[in-house]
Amino acid sequence: MAAFLDRSHSIAGPGFSRWLVPPAALCIHLCIGQAYAFSVFNKPMAQLLCAAQNACPPATVKAISTTPGDWAITDLGWIFSLAIVFLGLSAAVFGRWVERVGPRRAMFTAAVLFCAGLLVAGFGVSIHNLPIVFLGYGVIGGCGLGIGYISPVSTLIKWFPDRPGLATGTAIMGFGGGALIGAPLAVALMKHYSSPTSNGVAPTMMTMAVIYFIYMIVGSMLVRLPAPGWRPAGYTPPTVEAAAARMMTTRSLAMTEAIKTPQFWFLWVVLFVNVTAGIGVLGQASLMIQEMFGVTVAAAAGFVGLLSLFNMGGRIFWASTSDRLGRKRTYMIFFALGAVLYALTPTFGHMHAIVLFILGYGIILSMYGGGFATIPAYLRDMFGTQQVGAIHGVLLTAWSAAGVAGPALVNYIRQSQLDHGVAKADAYSVVIYIMAGLLVVGFISNLMVKPVTEEHFANATLAEAAG
Amino acid sequence: MAQNSPAPVNTTQVIVGWIWVGIPLTWGVIVTLQNAAKLFQ
Repeated sequence: MAAFLDRSHSIAGPGFSRWLVPPAALCIHLCIGQAYAFSVFNKPMAQLLCAAQNACPPATVKAISTTPGDWAITDLGWIFSLAIVFLGLSAAVFGRWVERVGPRRAMFTAAVLFCAGLLVAGFGVSIHNLPIVFLGYGVIGGCGLGIGYISPVSTLIKWFPDRPGLATGTAIMGFGGGALIGAPLAVALMKHYSSPTSNGVAPTMMTMAVIYFIYMIVGSMLVRLPAPGWRPAGYTPPTVEAAAARMMTTRSLAMTEAIKTPQFWFLWVVLFVNVTAGIGVLGQASLMIQEMFGVTVAAAAGFVGLLSLFNMGGRIFWASTSDRLGRKRTYMIFFALGAVLYALTPTFGHMHAIVLFILGYGIILSMYGGGFATIPAYLRDMFGTQQVGAIHGVLLTAWSAAGVAGPALVNYIRQSQLDHGVAKADAYSVVIYIMAGLLVVGFISNLMVKPVTEEHFANATLAEAAG
Repeated sequence: MAQNSPAPVNTTQVIVGWIWVGIPLTWGVIVTLQNAAKLFQ
């Protein structure tokens, strides 16, 4: 088994089609994308004790539980935040290990960690111990998220040098799609396991761990690395001049050197801004449409689902479009169009134009997903293919930072508006205008991205020679 | 330049791989669209 996971055992043999690598990557990303749907557990987890006593308040009552000892929703929110923090940290720490051991062992490790995390969380729920749930889903599962997220990226870039955006966009689309599967699957399983004295959260988490483990292991068995020197039939690598015209390097920088370049940190800001602005909408979407348009809770949940679809679709659409437009121009569109749409949506709200409002946010969320999916190809263009997985891993700390700062910023601004007597529906407008301003910062940061200078490539060569 | 496919490419494997990931994804999309339809009811 250990040998089967070796990098040398995952080199593609004759007759292997590169089109089998995206489904292998999707096996991982569709599973770990469940993280986006984790909030589906929040309410049932806040009702564990009242459910055991068959004494939960009816849905029409505002209080989720009046039973002493039941967990607060605000505390449960930390599970997802912890998972995202550990996603970024583990991607940064294990990025070079993932490059060294290859995608199969990395995917296998991700499967073990992510599913062990779900099992431990399920155990924590069954004994009503919140720190164990934090440790399980937040820490162990979060490490599985980070390793799983980056594991197929550099492999896909090596298989698709002609269409890196399309290839990585397909995999990262899976992370967006994971929520679409994870939410209804969890709801169906909780319904199946519920009884008069239990809402079925613990067995649901444990069952999901088993299902996801099978799916992820299939992915790790399917994945292959291209043989050294392989290139797609009919593909000729661009000349140095042609590559330079598209802001692409034909060489590779080590991760340790890449993080010393200003380009890396401009791209870090680009991702941070893109994620913060997206989270600003996602976290408030349900409440926002209810308070602005007076729709029902069920319809608001439909709106959130629709945004997830745009988020998923945008990942493949924008990432593959960037193969033709170029990465820099694609991000220019994200930030320019994003800022305009953000600034317009409060007006759509005041006009009670619900279709325009939904469409505006749909496009914004498509660009949020597109930002995630296009960044690996942008990194490949800037720093080459050799350590793109490791560099991508470090860049994902921007996601962790935004995952904590984004919701905190939005909640703080909104609360401060409400404390100053601003009406609920209008409090969102200020948040949205600030997000639009943040996108302008992203636009400027993207504008600053220029090809990496010779000095850095020279340093990398010296470092390799010394090593 | 080294090519990976002197042997015929196994298309069946590719189709099965895409069906394996396509089924749960399609199910998720259908359920989401059904929920989204409530917005316009």
